[in-house]
Amino acid sequence: MSTAVAQKRGLGAVIWDYLTTVDHKKIAHLYLVSGGLFFLIGGLEAMIIRIQLMKPDNDFISAGLYNEMITMHGTTMIFLAAMPLIFAIMNAVVPLQIGARDVAFPFLNSLGFWLFLFGGLLLNVSWFTGGAPDAGWTNYAPLSTTSPGHGVDYYVMGLQISGAGTLIGGINFLVTIVNMRAPGMTYMRMPLFTWSVFVTSTLILFAFPALTVGLFLMMFDRMFGSAFFDVGLGGNAIIWEHLFWIFGHPEVYILILPLFGAFSDIFSTFSKKRLFGYSAMVFATVLIGFLGFMVWAHHMFTVGMGPIANSIFAVATMAIAVPTGIKIFNWLFTMWGGQIRMTAAMLWSIAFIPSFTIGGMTGVMLAAAAADFQYHDTYFVVGHFHYVIVGGVAFGLFASLHYWWPKMFGKVLNEKLGKLAFWPFFIGFHLTFFIQHFLGLMGMPRRYWVFLEGQGLATGNLISTIGAFLMAIGTIIFLINIVYTAVKEKKADADPWEHGRTLEWAIPSPPPHYNFVQTPLVRGLDPLWVEKMDGKEGMTPAEPLGDIHMPNASILPFTISLGTFIAGFGFIYQVDDPIWLIAVFAGMGLTLGSMLTRSLKDDLGHHIHKEELEEDIKKGVGK
Amino acid sequence: MRGWMGKFRSLFLFGALTMLLTGCGIENISALKPKGYGSELLFDLMLISIAIMIFVFVIVMAIYAFVLLRYREKKGQEHIVPKQTEGNKALEVIWTVIPIILLLVLAIPTVQATFDLADQSTQGDEGVLTVDVTGNQYWWQFDYADQEISTSQEIYIPTNERVYLNMKASDVIHSFWVPAIAGKMDTIPGENMNTMYLEAYEEGVYEGFCAELCGPSHSLMYFKVIAVSPEEFDQWVEDMQNIDPEATPETQTAQTGQELFNNNCMSCHAIGGASAGVGPNLGNFANREKIAGILQPSKENLVDWIVHPDEIKPGNQMPAELVSEEDAAKIADYLLELDHSDVGNDLEMQSVEE
Repeated sequence: MSTAVAQKRGLGAVIWDYLTTVDHKKIAHLYLVSGGLFFLIGGLEAMIIRIQLMKPDNDFISAGLYNEMITMHGTTMIFLAAMPLIFAIMNAVVPLQIGARDVAFPFLNSLGFWLFLFGGLLLNVSWFTGGAPDAGWTNYAPLSTTSPGHGVDYYVMGLQISGAGTLIGGINFLVTIVNMRAPGMTYMRMPLFTWSVFVTSTLILFAFPALTVGLFLMMFDRMFGSAFFDVGLGGNAIIWEHLFWIFGHPEVYILILPLFGAFSDIFSTFSKKRLFGYSAMVFATVLIGFLGFMVWAHHMFTVGMGPIANSIFAVATMAIAVPTGIKIFNWLFTMWGGQIRMTAAMLWSIAFIPSFTIGGMTGVMLAAAAADFQYHDTYFVVGHFHYVIVGGVAFGLFASLHYWWPKMFGKVLNEKLGKLAFWPFFIGFHLTFFIQHFLGLMGMPRRYWVFLEGQGLATGNLISTIGAFLMAIGTIIFLINIVYTAVKEKKADADPWEHGRTLEWAIPSPPPHYNFVQTPLVRGLDPLWVEKMDGKEGMTPAEPLGDIHMPNASILPFTISLGTFIAGFGFIYQVDDPIWLIAVFAGMGLTLGSMLTRSLKDDLGHHIHKEELEEDIKKGVGK
Repeated sequence: MRGWMGKFRSLFLFGALTMLLTGCGIENISALKPKGYGSELLFDLMLISIAIMIFVFVIVMAIYAFVLLRYREKKGQEHIVPKQTEGNKALEVIWTVIPIILLLVLAIPTVQATFDLADQSTQGDEGVLTVDVTGNQYWWQFDYADQEISTSQEIYIPTNERVYLNMKASDVIHSFWVPAIAGKMDTIPGENMNTMYLEAYEEGVYEGFCAELCGPSHSLMYFKVIAVSPEEFDQWVEDMQNIDPEATPETQTAQTGQELFNNNCMSCHAIGGASAGVGPNLGNFANREKIAGILQPSKENLVDWIVHPDEIKPGNQMPAELVSEEDAAKIADYLLELDHSDVGNDLEMQSVEE
């Protein structure tokens, strides 16, 4: 059901449709809009940080507010912007790439989204209720456990709720990719984006529980008087750091791997060549995912783990450079000998290679445990991880959005505006973050509200702030492009890039509600390309035309999540006044009641009948 | 290890790199202008890693530039279908094996340096100084247990000697960082005590930072490392040991100030040998480079600080407006007379006009 059709049904109906939808394509829209909104909020926070650091001894905002700003910038960008935007792409693309009609658990898919959204909203409500969390996105104890006010409580509850949503989403995609592939789509024929989502989902499955446990312990310490992190009562503050980073390091790969996959597809499509070294790429992805769990303590070289642990984690971390290097070279050789078409999506991907290589190189430098005694907690680290996360994840998201926008919304984003948005963002990005490596080593620790005059840091910080403004301009042009495209651009074909290689380009843009009229038969890697080379128009069906079974929409995911949101407030404020326990019981009642309803009430879904499909084919859906 | 890493520096690339990097930052602050054993060791390690990385980057960028210039789709050739290469075993082995070798080249000095900086073999030996460091919101305490002296905000060390630091925190995690002399190490509350060492090559005042987010005034938690010759250091220890907290100040106002200080401030602060705990030991207050780690040492600033500490270092423990401004002025007179040692007075931090 396209947006155009939906608009004719009136605003109320559209809202109700999105509140209850279990369609992966609409859930992708929901993730995109809410993730995009949080991205803008996080970006605004970044601008405030950069304005504060524009000159020495600045007092644009107060010290306490500054700490709230950095905490919320990091937390928002990682959990509420990057993650959901990746989930948006995953939802929009993975079922199409494997030839499925939806994910394995459409109901859970919707639940995952609403939990994320309500968790994110809860976290951001803290701005208006007496102060946001202020202990850094890493939330180290005992600074976090002793932080006054309720800011950190919001952090704990908000991330717990949205984290549950992410975990559900991860499991869902794991099952989807294992079970829902079209006939002939073996593992070694899956597009690299699907492969990387598969590995990412595995990482989510194993990494998020560590965060969940850590957040529960933190919640008990802050709300129920336990002392897991309280050294005065026999607890240990360092345990939090371990729990956080056992989650936190794989999280870095959870963010970057799907975009590695997206870049692989984009390079391949716009070079008109199959991916160079496909099996090596798959192997490298799996290896990065595996090694990602072995290196968490490299965030803690200065904690005092001793030289043996430091050395082991240093060498393990360096090892990750090998599979990453394999990927970089394979991308370069995918383009080698190809016919490179410089679309906006390709431009972002091309820019990614040098940017991410620099980020990877500073990563190896940071891995040298002893040298980290100088780098750690300085702007060198800030420079490094922005090179990885902006140069890798943000560039990747922009590239993916350009590439798959026609599949998500039926229109190709305007190419001219797309390139116009790229340049200020790209130049601004390097201006902002390259200089920060030097600032760090010149003596600027991370998370400093002010630097002083006479420390030699003024020029570098000014350059950095100017760069940040350029990035903001790039983002604004991208937003303008979205509006412009929606109004002015014409409807896109099934394969608007002409060289589409994977299954999503075999069906209309946007695809019908059921994606594939008939499940396609996959005859090799890059299935659509294989058919094109055989001179065929589209995919060969693997089944006769017949009724399609689809899941029913449901409001229950929304009410389950709303319940946790209400209970979240109850948990936070029952410390002040037990009357708030009412909110805990009401919220949990709504959540558990909704779950009970779901369990007891049979929902067998519905069928789209053969006759309707034949009607659609006449209108040109089919092939 | 220092031997062969030192030799590397004479190579051209390293020479150029060293020149480039040491142009950055300010003497006695920047990690790129090493003035101590630790910082020099780490600077050499950085140079090795940067050189390897630049080597890799140049290769990647060469291929990148070639590919982008050579293989662009040209007008009229849109129909051409390039050869669908699956891969190339030989190439793939090369770009797996060479990075492994490069990483080994980096891993060996890394492990060496990591163990070198964790070395504690001489700690406790005759004549080897150990200082207990405590990080507090938002100040640093330094106890010289063997010498029975205690100070805060400024740690005095003898040059060209290893000085061990036993490090802890009293409240939240802090991190002790002196980029020009050594790296950093976290100070942690509870049972975890960390040890590192400082060895400064030259006399001077070195900037120290807190590098772990510790609250609103995290960015105002500076300290100084003051390196003096071993003889001067012995003199300083003697001077510090001779501080008499009961000594009567010279002027009338300072005497009143002392009385006010004893009545209002002594529950947290200390003068002389004792380690205070809640607030800094102010025994050598008049010798400090800065008030509260950040303000220029003037009477006006000191009065300001005594009356409104919360406005200068948000979130700090010292109560605001405990005494009136007139009383604070008298206390300031007293504190600014606490000048017990001339050691290090000739040293000054370099500051630049920007």
